[in-house]
Amino acid sequence: MNNAAFILVAILTLAAALAAATLRKLMHAALSFAVALVGLAAFFFLLGAEFVGLVLVFIYIGAVAVLIVFTILLTRRDVGKDRGFNWAGVLIAFAVFCGLTWSILKTQSLAIVAPHIRALTVKRIGEALMTGYVWPLQCVGVLLTAALIGALILVMEEKR
Amino acid sequence: MTPTLQAFVAVSGALFSIGLLAALSRRHAIFILIGIELMLAAANLNFIAFWRFAPQPHQPTGVMLAIFSIAISAAEAAVGLAMVIAVYRHYHTTNVDQLDQLKG
Repeated sequence: MNNAAFILVAILTLAAALAAATLRKLMHAALSFAVALVGLAAFFFLLGAEFVGLVLVFIYIGAVAVLIVFTILLTRRDVGKDRGFNWAGVLIAFAVFCGLTWSILKTQSLAIVAPHIRALTVKRIGEALMTGYVWPLQCVGVLLTAALIGALILVMEEKR
Repeated sequence: MTPTLQAFVAVSGALFSIGLLAALSRRHAIFILIGIELMLAAANLNFIAFWRFAPQPHQPTGVMLAIFSIAISAAEAAVGLAMVIAVYRHYHTTNVDQLDQLKG
């Protein structure tokens, strides 16, 4: 973990996220969203959570970003018109940003450096998932199944 | 010189604000979903950062929370995008300002 890599990744992530939030064209925004997620995965690698970074790349960039692009293509007739901003939302988001940044910078107990740890291997994560976290894992499996069946039912063609 | 926890939390706060900006200020439903995903991503960054900077980061608790949070947000994205497609099929628009059928 060093400062140059951190600043580089932070600039990449925040610039891509800002582009995803403000670009006019929906397709460009979706691709910027994917770039922002690459930056986030790089943060996870910097923090020593390589497995979560890889999971993020596989699930978000491999599945969610592609799903968003497909939805944009399926609802294409409506895309492309400029709709402008809701300025009240911009004001609220800016106020939240100022409040969060002010309180984070004032909290002195956050100014600590990372302790040295032994690397978190996939073996240890797998052991934890199969012992202490086995019930949450099963619940997430049921939730994912239910959500995917629900999504299929939502978009199924109605029989006339 | 290494970055402190403060820097990571500040980046996470900025990412959350950008997600809020997308969710509140855009009128296209897919932008709102992208904003919600960005806010969830900021929460994941917080989980991992606080796990890494904890005094005894030997238990993989933060990593587990982040993994489950990623799985749940994937389910949320699938259902959300299915709803966008269903709404588009019924109303032929994805502009959330025009979806006011339930307005009193």
